[in-house]
Amino acid sequence: MQNDTLISLDQEKREYTTLNLGPTHPATHGIFQNVLTMDGEIIVDSEQTIGYIHRAFEKIAEHRPYYQVTPLTDRLNYCSSPINNMGWHMTVEKLLGVEMPKRVDYMRVIIMELARISDHLVCNSVIAVDTGALTGFTYVFQWREKIYDIFESICGARLTTNIGRIGGMERDFTKEVIQSIRDFLANFPKVFAEFCNLLERNRIFMDRIIGTGPISAERALNYGFTGPNLRATGVDYDVRVMNPYSSYQDFDFTIPVGVNGDTYDRFMVRQQEIRESLKIIEQALNNLPEGKFFADVPEFFLPPKVEVYNNMEALIYHFKIVMGEADVPVGEVYHSIEGGNGELGFYLVSDGGRAAYRLHFRRPCFIYYQAFPEMIKGSTLSDAIVAMSSMNVIAGELDA
Amino acid sequence: MTEINNAYLLKEIQEEFGQSLISADEPYGLLTIELESSKILDLLKYLYNHPSIQMQFLTDLCGIHYPQIIGKELGVVYHVHSLIHNLRIRIKCFMPNDQAFIPSITPLYSAANWQERETFDFYGIIFNGHPNLKRILNVDEMDYFPLRKEYPLEDGTRTDKDDTYFGR
Amino acid sequence: MSIQLADAPPGLQGAGFFATSLDKAVGLARANSIWPLPFATSCCGIEFMATMASNYDMARFGAERLSFSPRQADLLMVMGTIAKKMGPVVRQVYLQMAEPRWVIAVGACASSGGIFDTYSVLQGIDKVVPVDVYVPGCPPRPEQIIDGITKIQELVKNESLRRRNSPEYQALMASYGIE
Repeated sequence: MQNDTLISLDQEKREYTTLNLGPTHPATHGIFQNVLTMDGEIIVDSEQTIGYIHRAFEKIAEHRPYYQVTPLTDRLNYCSSPINNMGWHMTVEKLLGVEMPKRVDYMRVIIMELARISDHLVCNSVIAVDTGALTGFTYVFQWREKIYDIFESICGARLTTNIGRIGGMERDFTKEVIQSIRDFLANFPKVFAEFCNLLERNRIFMDRIIGTGPISAERALNYGFTGPNLRATGVDYDVRVMNPYSSYQDFDFTIPVGVNGDTYDRFMVRQQEIRESLKIIEQALNNLPEGKFFADVPEFFLPPKVEVYNNMEALIYHFKIVMGEADVPVGEVYHSIEGGNGELGFYLVSDGGRAAYRLHFRRPCFIYYQAFPEMIKGSTLSDAIVAMSSMNVIAGELDA
Repeated sequence: MTEINNAYLLKEIQEEFGQSLISADEPYGLLTIELESSKILDLLKYLYNHPSIQMQFLTDLCGIHYPQIIGKELGVVYHVHSLIHNLRIRIKCFMPNDQAFIPSITPLYSAANWQERETFDFYGIIFNGHPNLKRILNVDEMDYFPLRKEYPLEDGTRTDKDDTYFGR
Repeated sequence: MSIQLADAPPGLQGAGFFATSLDKAVGLARANSIWPLPFATSCCGIEFMATMASNYDMARFGAERLSFSPRQADLLMVMGTIAKKMGPVVRQVYLQMAEPRWVIAVGACASSGGIFDTYSVLQGIDKVVPVDVYVPGCPPRPEQIIDGITKIQELVKNESLRRRNSPEYQALMASYGIE
């Protein structure tokens, strides 16, 4: 709209400036390069360059045994590593054709939803930072640390968790873990409510981000959007509901959708998803079934150390697993989960060897980031920055 | 109304693209067909505009390399999703090494743009009709296609690795 | 609320005067007011965010002010994987920084390529720029990053004023092809 009026006002030849945004820029939160053609402050065109941290995950995965791929998935979307880990485990389990006990499913759901909260907290607080409100960021990051503490007591790592194993979880939840999750559920909503009060109906914030970086539902689907960015346009596609995995069908939650597909809607969809995640965690924790925390797949699930030291069979399995010599069926499988940014898919082709013949990650960031030039065309530079941070493009997932 | 499922989908494809359909299978419940590579855009258009199937969401596009299968070394794998019926299909197209050409599906799906560039970058498959087919993840000067099986994974510049300790 | 002051450097002290050497005074000032340039590319960058945020608060160590422009930065903090495509950018950012400048490689990837021994990843940033402190970990915990910063502070504090003019330093720079 704005562009049209500008062009009709004066038909004389305009002078465009080229502005190089990135590869390292404080406002891009990662390394992407955008070469913008600017007419004054209006973006006329932009060209993206990516690949600045291309690490060849797919090639590595062809050379490593299955269990060694889990640390690679950590480094895809590193804001919510556990979700990626679980997705990979479930892909291999699907290939092997094993069913998980309910307890494992519920434990996984708890971990995944905690990770989703931490992912969305980063994204939303960073939107606020980019509009000039640092308070929310410093405030919710304290609570993000609490989520890290929970992860740490489950698996020993904070960020790149390598949580869970093919065939179950590496260990059961201890009493302390359950207690710390309960504490989190009890205390976080109060903090989160303050964060919401700070921003959600804040006049300045709303004026700043409503209408920036919009995309229509049709274009979003054509661009392969998934996750909160697609739902902000009004399409209620969520893998957790469409193709339930890990017993998501047992839980009662709603899928928030937006209307305009702009930055504010993306922000609000994420805010609402945090609330829904809290609901899911609470249900999962209250109904956590008793039982084993691993399935019966001795070829893949490491036996307990006591067994390894005292039992021949367990020792053989341990050796085979660690050396990556476990047998896998020949076949190909596609499994997708709802990652922090959308449908995270794993296309795995196995030829029965120790490593995957081909493993392709469907990285949601990589697919939807290509819509960025279309979304920012005709808007101002500062709007482009906000639109980018609301898309939550994670460099590790973008470049794989 | 007939139920939209894998069997129905396969029947519809067979009727329209019977000659180009090479094989069909259903591993893990996902209909997988192999198609002549020249027909891929036509098939996807047909599925996109089909009144009842409406497969309008491109989930994934990736390449694959089978150096031992002569004449079908390089492949492109498409995953398409009908969000209305929650039905997926996997389409594979194979090409010989020296004629790695396939029609680009960017006229139909904007999402295919970067994914085709990535496939070109990794495998050197040329997508005919792609608006801007150049390397995306690797540096422009790279003179090989790294994900083909014959190229090594590891960085050649390392001098501190002693092979005797790695069992090689 | 107690504020911890930096210890005075060794020197001569009497009623109404304190004398010390110039480089000690300069070192003290520099070490406690480092302006870091965060060059965050991947996972380690997220841990750096945690380091800067309220729980760990790197500002306590005199690194309050992040300098996103290399021209005013003292310390280049490279956090995360540097791909071969990114290598020239790191080098250019380093060249844009004014002397005296320090470099810290945070995380396994920046230090040595880490688990990514692949065709596309630079095997350690010390192939393109000289590095003062390496912080191990994948990613390092915020405590480790802070430890790396304090190690840099020690280096800064004890650096002689003439180091940057010494033939050894010039030989080091020449080995990277930097004038």
